[in-house]
Amino acid sequence: MALVLARRLPLRLRTGAGVQRAMLLTGLVLTGLFVLTALLGPLLAPHGYAQLRDGGGLFGSQQHPSGAHPLGTTISGYDVLSRTVWGARTALLIIVVALLLSVVPGTVLGLVSGYLGGKLDRLLVGLADALYAFPPLLLAILMSLVISGGRSSLVGGLGAAACSVAVSFIPQYFRVVRAEVIRVKGEPFVDAARVIGTGPWRIMTRHVLRNSVRTLPLIFTINASEAILTLAGLGFLGFGIEPNSAAEWGYDLNRAVADVTAGIWWTAIPPGLGIVLTVLGTTLLGEGLTDLADPRLRRRTGAPTLPTDGGGDDD
Amino acid sequence: MTDLLRIEELHVDFATDTGAVPAVRGVNLSVAPGEVLALVGESGSGKTVTARSVLGLLPDTATVRGRVLLGAGTSEPGEDVLTAPAARLRALRGTHAAMVFQEPSTALNPVFTIGWQLTEGLRAHGRGGSKAERRALAVDWLDKVGIPDPATRVDHYPHQLSGGQKQRAVIAMALALDTRLIVADEPTTALDVTVQAEILELLHRCRTDFGTAVLLITHNMGVVADLADRVAVMRAGQVVEQAPVRDLFAAPAHPYTRKLLAAVPHFGTGGRAGPQTADVQAQHVVRASGLVVDYPGRLGRKGFRAVDGVSFEIRPGEVLGLVGESGSGKTTIGRAIAGLTAVTGGQLELFGEPLTRNSRKPRTAGRIGYVFQDPATSFNPLLTIAESIAEPLVVHRRELGAQEIRAQAESLLEAVRLPRAYADRYPHELSGGQRQRAGLARALALRPRLLIADEPTSALDVSVQAKVLDLFGELQRELGFAALFVSHDLAVVEQVADRVVVLHRGRIAEEGPTSQVLGSPQDDYTRRLVAALPVPDPVRQARRQQHPVEEGVAGS
Repeated sequence: MALVLARRLPLRLRTGAGVQRAMLLTGLVLTGLFVLTALLGPLLAPHGYAQLRDGGGLFGSQQHPSGAHPLGTTISGYDVLSRTVWGARTALLIIVVALLLSVVPGTVLGLVSGYLGGKLDRLLVGLADALYAFPPLLLAILMSLVISGGRSSLVGGLGAAACSVAVSFIPQYFRVVRAEVIRVKGEPFVDAARVIGTGPWRIMTRHVLRNSVRTLPLIFTINASEAILTLAGLGFLGFGIEPNSAAEWGYDLNRAVADVTAGIWWTAIPPGLGIVLTVLGTTLLGEGLTDLADPRLRRRTGAPTLPTDGGGDDD
Repeated sequence: MTDLLRIEELHVDFATDTGAVPAVRGVNLSVAPGEVLALVGESGSGKTVTARSVLGLLPDTATVRGRVLLGAGTSEPGEDVLTAPAARLRALRGTHAAMVFQEPSTALNPVFTIGWQLTEGLRAHGRGGSKAERRALAVDWLDKVGIPDPATRVDHYPHQLSGGQKQRAVIAMALALDTRLIVADEPTTALDVTVQAEILELLHRCRTDFGTAVLLITHNMGVVADLADRVAVMRAGQVVEQAPVRDLFAAPAHPYTRKLLAAVPHFGTGGRAGPQTADVQAQHVVRASGLVVDYPGRLGRKGFRAVDGVSFEIRPGEVLGLVGESGSGKTTIGRAIAGLTAVTGGQLELFGEPLTRNSRKPRTAGRIGYVFQDPATSFNPLLTIAESIAEPLVVHRRELGAQEIRAQAESLLEAVRLPRAYADRYPHELSGGQRQRAGLARALALRPRLLIADEPTSALDVSVQAKVLDLFGELQRELGFAALFVSHDLAVVEQVADRVVVLHRGRIAEEGPTSQVLGSPQDDYTRRLVAALPVPDPVRQARRQQHPVEEGVAGS
């Protein structure tokens, strides 16, 4: 799937129509910017995420934007621009960890459950349904309490958010993969493998798995935004990551609440925009990829009459 | 007489990701009132696209040039469907030309009654007067197309009708608006052969009783011979030959037409030269006695008995043909032997050993080869052809090593006359016939003693079918495997099988040597089956219609 998408992408960008093309392009640009910022964070940021002073002494609290601090400083005296840039790293980290924790078990369980069926399948489907009933944020708060007693380090905060996201996503991957596996299981090529005498494990891994995971890239671009929102939500509620362990947008927003009423705009807007743009970017990218993968959603209008070889498809 | 339909220089291109693909390239056709014009050709020849353009049913991705003129038959056809405004096009549809689709179960909306759908067209064109009058008209039309008990049937839903009755209802819908022209796109392809005969008879009546012209799209030469007045042969978007039906069959002018006609298996012209030298004393490859297969029903419902007490045997080196209509249980028997479907009762012996029930990995695996109906879906789309063919070797004979397995896969490709270069292609890069050859290669990879072929040629075009059947016959003689050949096509079975078993609703209707069963059938059902098969020869087919009983017996 990823391959097909990669092959279609350039063509799509050139020939796609109006709104869909704009969506996909915006998504690509925003996500690209986000990933670049995260990777190049240490080079881009003028200061460290927990830096309070430089050669000229303390930065000072709630400083207006100026040459030394393009976006000013927070109430705690951190440089806002640096915090925001470093925050992208944390956000990327949560996406990677949460996806790894949910994609792998979700896919394996879905594969086994869908292919083998029977009692195991019923049990797993029941469990997945039960997991849906938990509100993810509540779960995340619980996790963070369990992992690090509330106020947490980078590992604790990330772990809590990642686990809670994983718990709510595993059922999604599980269901999608299971449904696909059940469809693929009925295809003649699986029968062909069974007739040969292929064992169930080999059929699952060689014939079924790769034919069943084609929609996953689309789900995880959409889920990535959920992961960021959960971490930000935790931070905003005060269960996130301590400011001296990592920069985290949700925490910064929480600290900026009081500033807003005092007319200090520069502490709230940058981390807020970080969250909004990242979530928007991944969501748009996900939607764009969905359109790309589904030929029914691709609209084509009248073609230039270029004779090429190959026959039309009738019957 | 003036024409009902005239197509002039029709060009249709489809936009795809890789640029425009031409489907129809300069077609000229005309249909006179009361005439049946058959448009024949293989898949991809553009016949369906041509037919759909008559009703303006092409998708948005199509670019059309040329003219498609429709008329009422009283004056020169003057209205161009391609340039007609949407409202006028709606008015033309149904009254000037109507469509009968291939699959009647999808052409009818499952949530409305037959009568409602029949009167839908009348309502759309503002005809038929009051509701009661329209209903009476619907009953009348259902009666005219031969649906029994039309007054009750009019309130039935599509799923309560059989496939043939549904197709009759679709034809009634077309006729109810007094259409002058019916465009029938493969109207009998999805139907069983006995039902096909009934629908063909009805289409005959459309012309004689109602004077309707028919534009018939089909790939089946038997249907053409049965129904058509004139034939247009299409190939790669162009009409290569147009002639009256008898002339075309008697003296085809274009080389492609000759090739097409030569490839059609002629039923009743004798098949294999007598039974193979089967050793009667030798152990049976398959012996079934009282075989029963049930499909479990839903909770609290009774299951469905697909195979009901069937006994037969296959000797080494023998090809057994298993024929029957859909639902007769022929595929289920093949699947049961291969271990894909569980046996409910009776005895099934393979290679002298009873097939144990619920064995997770049957010991027979590797000794049976299986060729599937649809070559497009029986290959894992993500593996290359060589990898797919090598799968049986990798599973059962891993000790050979990767190089030896690859070498064997390539020699298998050669055995089925596929170039070695195809080894690294993916299934979608091969044509249907090539894929089915690869399927044969995979089935033969382990040199099985038994090959099960489940409708191996029914998804293929007729010229490709002939080549695949020839290959099958050659390999069978060469390698001497026994085979169970499942098919609904009597002409194909006659060509390949030594003995035939005729199945009817899960039971054996008749069994015996091919020439005997198909040549002089004793059983009532077999007789009907043979009689219903349209022969690809308009002269003989016309004679068969007049004297169905005598001519129904093949080979006379």
